[in-house]
Amino acid sequence: MLAFILRRILQSIAVLLTVGVVAFSLFRYVGDPINAMVGQDTSMEERAALRDKLGLSDPAPLQFLRFIGNAAQGKFGLSYRTSEPVGRLILERMPATLELSICASLFVMVLGIPMGVYTGLYPRHWSSRLLQAVSLVGVSLPPFLIGILLILLFAVVLRWLPSFGRGSGTVNLGWWTTNFLSWEGIKALILPSITLGLFQLTLIMRLVRSEMLEVMRTDYIKFARARGLTNRAVNFGHALKNTLMPVITVAGLQLGALIAFAIVTETVFAWPGVGQLFIQSVQFSDIPVMAAYLMLIGFLFVIINLVVDLLYFVVDPRLRSQGGAARVGGH
Amino acid sequence: MWADTDVKAWLARAADSDVWWSFKSSTLTIVAAGATLLIIAIALLSPLLAPHTPFDPATLSLSDGLKPPVFWSADGDWTFPLGTDDQGRDVLSSIMYGTRLSLLVGFASVVVAMVLGITLGLLSGYLGGMLDAVIMRVADVQLTFPAILVALLIDGVVRGLISVQRHDEIAIYVIVGAIGLSFWVQYARTVRSSVLVEKNKEYVQAARVIGLSPLLIMVRHVLPNVTGPVLVIATLNLGLAIISEATLSFLGVGLPSTEPSLGTLIRLGNEVLQSGDWWITVFPGATLAALVLAVNLLGDWLRDALNPKLR
Repeated sequence: MLAFILRRILQSIAVLLTVGVVAFSLFRYVGDPINAMVGQDTSMEERAALRDKLGLSDPAPLQFLRFIGNAAQGKFGLSYRTSEPVGRLILERMPATLELSICASLFVMVLGIPMGVYTGLYPRHWSSRLLQAVSLVGVSLPPFLIGILLILLFAVVLRWLPSFGRGSGTVNLGWWTTNFLSWEGIKALILPSITLGLFQLTLIMRLVRSEMLEVMRTDYIKFARARGLTNRAVNFGHALKNTLMPVITVAGLQLGALIAFAIVTETVFAWPGVGQLFIQSVQFSDIPVMAAYLMLIGFLFVIINLVVDLLYFVVDPRLRSQGGAARVGGH
Repeated sequence: MWADTDVKAWLARAADSDVWWSFKSSTLTIVAAGATLLIIAIALLSPLLAPHTPFDPATLSLSDGLKPPVFWSADGDWTFPLGTDDQGRDVLSSIMYGTRLSLLVGFASVVVAMVLGITLGLLSGYLGGMLDAVIMRVADVQLTFPAILVALLIDGVVRGLISVQRHDEIAIYVIVGAIGLSFWVQYARTVRSSVLVEKNKEYVQAARVIGLSPLLIMVRHVLPNVTGPVLVIATLNLGLAIISEATLSFLGVGLPSTEPSLGTLIRLGNEVLQSGDWWITVFPGATLAALVLAVNLLGDWLRDALNPKLR
């Protein structure tokens, strides 16, 4: 188990380094950082002097090490667009994106898993067929379209919910502004969270459904029924538990995807998060922000993948018992 | 070229095949195929069918602006059956031309992804060694990121390298390249794993013994045996590619508003949505959803039909 975890950590570091190389190449070779800093009338000598002073004439590997060192401390230079430190720009907008992603993944898990279990247990019931058909439509609707339709219905026609930004209900807790502490704030979260989560919801539902269908056919489920266990014990204690492995994998990957897809949702709802910042930086080709966002997302994905791998050991006792003999003495 | 009898024999074989049988026996698939063909036909013929040329400024009149659809309100005008946008452009004609662009970008980027993925997958699987290791590690890293993010990054980088005016001119190529590059991994992995199986089979060894070049063996002998899975991925990817293009255009980094795809139309409509003029957004949106749904149904069917394990 330890060897497995060590290997995974080494792989994660390799992935992060590759992402670092891409981010560094963007930073260094796409667009000239000097051009972004000085005016038109700066002479070539002054530019060269500035280049030397900033270390841009050093060999590329040395610059790369410096870039990684700075990145590890959250220093990504100044945005070309607003001239603010990129690290601070991202940090200011992080709470909005994180709260949105957490809300969306709660929505996905709380609704998706029970819906998958239900359609898996009663595949022939008309309501299961309906859910299945609706989920196919859900997969085919791009998230931004879902957002627009929700805004049209709930904000423009019915006027129940706000459609723009985080609303007036944000509470400032020093370095973190939250939507969770006021009714206005929670109302502002509803539509964006549904938009962000709907695609993932259909994915999770279909996955749990097909896993449940498969598990329900196995012998141990028949045996559990023969032992006279209650439906609840069979369905949840025995069946659902064994569908969790692939669900955890996909759910983990989907959490990453949620943070990335937040780009689209944040644009639709003018939500002031990191995704919106990223889109603005793509439009203005604001390379430092793009490089920093790439590193941040890479880091998040690697962490999520690691956590998912570790969760396998919690969920699947077979993995723990492999080489278990060596571990009998101590833990 | 093919003799007449060859074509007849081929048709007879096709009519007798499992794939055709499973197609005939699924009503949903036939409907999906019909809808897909209909949308493609209308899109291709849009210059002939469309009642207006919406992106020729000379034919527009602002006094026609924001007309509702005919069935919605008495203000509607039969020259603009689905209404007009704020510039007086006919929504129906815009959708026809927009669908054409969306389909074009979708097909083109699937082809780019397919060619790139198949080439790298063949090389990786057949030659192995360092090349294989490098290609597959790059694939792993890219797979860590959602495709749309990769496409956005590529688009952003190209914007950094060229000027804005130049970018609008070549926007369609940039988009095709960005989406193509973000989807190659799946093809490469599938082709590589099939090649690993195929390359130790006797027919490949025989080809090697009679001294054929590796290139010839890969293209003429190995490639035809991996086309099934590639075709399934391509169909399923077409829906994703169309969604990706629409998403990029919606985000304002795709096709410019002078040459709008369905995604661009939805973005333009979204800007005036708050005033309640829903038809500018909803009709292009419904077209996009119908197109993607039909293509996805076809992809699902093809995957099941070509996979004997599921039968």
